[in-house]
Amino acid sequence: MDLFIAIFTGTIIAATPLIFAALGELVVEKSGVLNLGIEGMMLMGAALAFWAVTAGYSMPAAILAGALAGAAASLLFGVLALTFLTNQYAAGLALAIFGSGVSAFLGRGFGSEPIEALHGVDFPVLSGLPLIGPLLFRFDPMVYLALAMFVAISWFLYRTKAGLVLRTIGESPQTSHAIGYPVIRIRYMAVLFGGAMAGLAGAYLSVAYTPLWVENMTAGKGWIALALVVFATWRPLRILLGAWLFGGMTILQLQGQALGLEVPSELLSALPYLATIIVLVLISRNRQMLALHFPASLAKPFRPAS
Amino acid sequence: MRVAAPVVASLLTLIVGSIFFASLGHDPLPTLYAFFIEPLNSLNGLSEWLLKASPLILIACGLAVGFRANVWNIGAEGQFTMGAIAASGVGLFWPNPDSVLLLPLMFIAGMGAGMAWAAIPAFLRARMNTNEILVTLMMTYIATLFLSYLVHGPWRDPAGFNYPQTALLPTAALFASFDPAYRLNPSIFITVVAVLLMWLFTDRSFLGYKMSVSGAAPLAARYAGFRESAAVWIGLLAGGAAAGIAGMAEAAGPLGQLSPQISPGYGFAAIIVAFIGRLNAFGIVLGGLLMSLLFLGGEGVQMTLGLPSALTRIFQGILLFFLLAADFFIFYRIRLIRPARDTHALETA
Repeated sequence: MDLFIAIFTGTIIAATPLIFAALGELVVEKSGVLNLGIEGMMLMGAALAFWAVTAGYSMPAAILAGALAGAAASLLFGVLALTFLTNQYAAGLALAIFGSGVSAFLGRGFGSEPIEALHGVDFPVLSGLPLIGPLLFRFDPMVYLALAMFVAISWFLYRTKAGLVLRTIGESPQTSHAIGYPVIRIRYMAVLFGGAMAGLAGAYLSVAYTPLWVENMTAGKGWIALALVVFATWRPLRILLGAWLFGGMTILQLQGQALGLEVPSELLSALPYLATIIVLVLISRNRQMLALHFPASLAKPFRPAS
Repeated sequence: MRVAAPVVASLLTLIVGSIFFASLGHDPLPTLYAFFIEPLNSLNGLSEWLLKASPLILIACGLAVGFRANVWNIGAEGQFTMGAIAASGVGLFWPNPDSVLLLPLMFIAGMGAGMAWAAIPAFLRARMNTNEILVTLMMTYIATLFLSYLVHGPWRDPAGFNYPQTALLPTAALFASFDPAYRLNPSIFITVVAVLLMWLFTDRSFLGYKMSVSGAAPLAARYAGFRESAAVWIGLLAGGAAAGIAGMAEAAGPLGQLSPQISPGYGFAAIIVAFIGRLNAFGIVLGGLLMSLLFLGGEGVQMTLGLPSALTRIFQGILLFFLLAADFFIFYRIRLIRPARDTHALETA
């Protein structure tokens, strides 16, 4: 039973950074912009949040700092991709490399000491329940925030007018511009929001998931989040399910290493990456399914005709 | 004009670099001198400069073939790693360690492994419509883990005091340096040949032209009957071959053995080199020399001024940012549009 609880809660926790990052990227891509720089933004968020904690700021302030760092990093991408109309692939890659460099630079003074991790919440009564308490009601607040973001983004995209406008811009910026929507401004907001979400994902890694600073600590999670959006065929619920699937894989692999399975640890560590490839292949084979929710203008620069 | 953007971007990067150094409390001019001039102040420095530029240029040439066709292989780092692994495997375990065939065999093994590693995403993209960006990247992580497994496990040198590294490659498996005092070796000629081949392919062959059309105007390419899958295969295999060879040359050159860390990020930096070089063979040579200098400078200021080597990655990113932004001013004309005051103005605008 304890093992089950450990695997279940571990899965939810491991999925949390992926949920933040992938949901943020979903909003960005729904507006027709492809930001490949999630890894860089996550690292900036992780570094800033970790620094804020070591500098004595409160946990909420540190997490906010992470989100702001991610948003600031995404602004670099936004200026290039939206104002300067550059190739979005190249701009995103530049951000990924830049973010990894800047975070490593900031992190050189962080030392290798762990910090006190974000605490779990203590709901009255609920957290004390047997079984259900440890399973559902003792997570740290970020876990619940990620789920709340899922609800909020699903509602925003599909139940509000603003969400409809955002999706329209992603389908056809020309039409939206002709109707009179400020395409570039809305895309900027989407990019900034995606950056803040990636920053939150990074902050979660450095102050809650593994509360210490390691250079390039995201280890490809930003790229996996990117793959999750494709895997989810641009639908929020599937992002949540996909993130749990990957979280589960990560935890099973860690449990496997802890149990001392007769398998090289490198093979187990490679599982999430292998799984990403397999899942992508399975989803992408079905072109129709991909095309259904695919933002038609994704990664195409848009210049309002004057 | 296309040449102007990289020059402007480099200058802007220098300026931002100076401001950055100044804000860290280092006098910018001596720091820039230490970063960009000092590494080249000696014969050894020049040798290191070319030694590091060689894999960057080689890989970027291969990648650019794909980029021209909008095939985004960003996993050259993994293909480089697999090339180094396969070549070292041949070098370590070939029955006759003195054979003169050893280096050619390692060359073939390295190239083959790089191509094989790139063939997987090529197959998945061409047949299964799977995004090659994500697959090549995931395969890089897998390659790195595979290398770590080999040097911690089956390939660990039994006489290596438990260090995670293989035995040294036999002498016949190494490129002999031009001069024993410096590390530069004849593998640089491979890069020279690769640059010429790339130029021939992109500028002088019909296939290369078809690839460029696929990238610039996919619909026109389809209408003309150019197969998209051919562009995918050629683009990825060219990058894989180049990166695999670069990995082989690195293992048989400066490294001489495998360890968990065999690349300072050549595979990723080569992407930037390809862009700085405008996906053009000779531009890539200049871009590679510049990028190599960034690596050397990063190491230099780390040793002399105690600045972190992460600066190299920051400068790489800034350089690419500026390059992309500079393009905008070259390809577009900026015009200030004032809001129309009345309908008449609107009509004439």
